[in-house]
Amino acid sequence: MTEPTAPTPTPTPAPATPGNVPELSVSELSRALKRTVEDAFSYVRVRGEISGFKRAASGHLYMTMKDTDAVLDAVCWRGTAGRLSVKPEDGLEVIATGRLTTYPGRSKYQIVIDSLELAGEGALLKLLEDRRKALAAEGLFDEARKRPLPYLPDVIGVVTSPTGAVIRDILHRLRDRFPRHVLVWPVVVQGEAAAGQVADAIAGFNALKPGGSPGGSAGGAVPRPDVLIVARGGGSLEDLWAFNEEVVVRAAAASAIPLISAVGHETDTTLIDFAADRRAPTPSAAAEMAVPVRSDLLGDLMDRERRLVGAVHRGVTDRARALEGLARGLPKPAQILDAATQRLDDGAERLGEAMPRALRHRARELEQTAARLRTPTQVIRHGERQLADAAQRLAQGARAAIDRRGERFADRRLGARLDRAAGAAIGEGADRLERAGAMLESLSYARVLERGYAVVRRADDGTLVADGAALTAGEGIEIEFARDTRRHALVSGDGRGSSTKSKPKAAAKRPPGVAAKQGDLF
Amino acid sequence: MARAKANTARTDPDESGAEPLPEDIRAMSFEQAMQELEAIVRELEQGEASLDAAIEHYSRGAQLKRHCETKLKEAKARVEKITVGSDGTVSADPADLD
Repeated sequence: MTEPTAPTPTPTPAPATPGNVPELSVSELSRALKRTVEDAFSYVRVRGEISGFKRAASGHLYMTMKDTDAVLDAVCWRGTAGRLSVKPEDGLEVIATGRLTTYPGRSKYQIVIDSLELAGEGALLKLLEDRRKALAAEGLFDEARKRPLPYLPDVIGVVTSPTGAVIRDILHRLRDRFPRHVLVWPVVVQGEAAAGQVADAIAGFNALKPGGSPGGSAGGAVPRPDVLIVARGGGSLEDLWAFNEEVVVRAAAASAIPLISAVGHETDTTLIDFAADRRAPTPSAAAEMAVPVRSDLLGDLMDRERRLVGAVHRGVTDRARALEGLARGLPKPAQILDAATQRLDDGAERLGEAMPRALRHRARELEQTAARLRTPTQVIRHGERQLADAAQRLAQGARAAIDRRGERFADRRLGARLDRAAGAAIGEGADRLERAGAMLESLSYARVLERGYAVVRRADDGTLVADGAALTAGEGIEIEFARDTRRHALVSGDGRGSSTKSKPKAAAKRPPGVAAKQGDLF
Repeated sequence: MARAKANTARTDPDESGAEPLPEDIRAMSFEQAMQELEAIVRELEQGEASLDAAIEHYSRGAQLKRHCETKLKEAKARVEKITVGSDGTVSADPADLD
C-alpha cells in the first residue's frame, strides 16, 4: 500500500508574514487541494462497511464506507460497476481499491472505487449465508427441482477451465469407466469474469437444440449434452467465489440439462452445489456420477442374456417333456387299428360260421326228434315182441306147472304113504289126473284161440307167420282158429296199415294187457 | 480434417449386418432397454407365458440385448472444445486436453 505522503503545501508559498500570505480564491484552493489529494492518494486500499448504497440512474454507484469513527464517501463509475466481483450492498464489509479525489463543489473528498472485494472470512461467510437463504426462499434449491441423472449419457458437457488438472481428471475417469463424447466449454473459473462465463456456458449448453446429431458436430450442429458437469479445483473461499454468485446459481437452477456441480474439495461448499441436481465432492467423483462402469454393464447384459436363453430353453424343454409324457399316454393309431381289425376279423369269421352251425344245430335237433318218432311198424313189432315173449313165458309156465305137479305126484307115490294110500288114493289120483289134464288142456294155445286169436301159417310150407310184413300179396296162408278149425286165405295189399285179411297171432291191439293176465295165471 | 476423421470413426449401430432393430427399440436409452430386458427375463423365468408368447418375448429380448450391446460398443472417447463465434454461434472442435 502506498503510504500517503505528507501533505506539502507546495502551491502555497511559505508563510512569512501575514501580509505576505497570498490571497487565494476558493476555486484556486480547491484545485490545489484536489491536486494534492489525488497525487498523494492515487492508489489506496481502504476497508470499511458499506452504507447508504445507491445506484443512480446514470449507472454510477454511490455509497459510504465507514468504520466506527469515520466515514468516507465512495463512488463507482458506471464503466467499472459492471466489472465488480462483489456486488455492493449495505452492511457489507469490503476492501475498496481506488484513488482519492475531491469534489470541490461540495467541499468533499471521496474514493473512486476501481475494484471491490469482500473483507474477511466471517464477512464472506455471512454474505454467503444471507444469499443462500434468499435464494432458498425463492425455491431454487428445492428438492423437487432436482432431476435424476441419465443412466448412460451419450454426450457430456463440461464447464471448466480447458487447462489444468480438473478437466484431465474428468476425462481420465470417464475413459476408465465408459468413454463418452465430451464437450468442453472453456471458461475462466476465478476472477471477476468467471461467474459470467460459467453462467453463460450453462445457458449456452441448454440453448443447443435437442436431438443434434450425437457426436456429429462436423455437420455443424453441436449435440446437446445429456448431462452437465460444472467443475473447478480446490481453492480459497475467494477463489471459489464465482460459484457463489447469484448469476451462476440461477443458471444452474434454470438448466434443463441435469447438472453435476464439482467445485473445490469435498469440504468446500458453494451455492451452485445447492442449485445443482447432484453435488460431487471432486471433479473425478462427478465423472463417476455421470457414467456407469462399462464392464459392469457388459456383465449385467451378459447375465441377462444367459438368463434369457436359459429361461426360454427351459420353457421349451419343459413343454417338450410334458408333450412326451402326454404322447406316451396316447395309444398308437396302428394299435387302435390293429385291435379293431382283429375284432372285425373275429366277427366276420364267426358270422361265416354261424349260419352253417345254426343249420347243423337245427338238423341235429330234427334228427333227435325224428329218432324218437316210432313208425307204426315199429310199434307193432314192439307189441309183437312183447306178445311173443308173453307166449313163451306162458308155455314155460305151463310146462313148469306140469312138471311140478308131476313131481308132487311122484312124491306122493313114494314109500309107505304110497302103500297106505294106494288104495284110497287111486281114485283121488285119478281125479287129480283128470284135473291136471283139464288144466293142461286149458293152458294149451288152443285155449288162446278160443279167446279169438288165430295162428297164421304159410299155406305152402306151414311155417308160422309172425311178421305180417313178411307176407307178399297173393301169398296163400292158413289160419287156425279155435277147436282146430283151419281156413285158407290169400294176402292182399302191401302189408302196411290194416288192410290185410290176415290176423297175426300177436295182434297189436291188446297184447300187453293180455300177456300180463296170462302171466298172472301162474 | 480432424473433424471428418472423427466422423468416420463413429460406429453405426446398423452396420452389424444383422436384421435391423425395430424403431421403438432403437429409440430406447440403454437403461430403458436394460429394464425391459430384465422384465422379459423375469417373466420368462416364471415360465407362465404361453409358448408363442415366450418365443416372442425371447426374440424381443434378443433384440434388446443387441441394442444394449451396440450402445456399449459405441463407447468411444471423443473430446471437443466449444467455441463461441463473434455472432454467438456455437461450434465444437476436436481438442486434446490431456
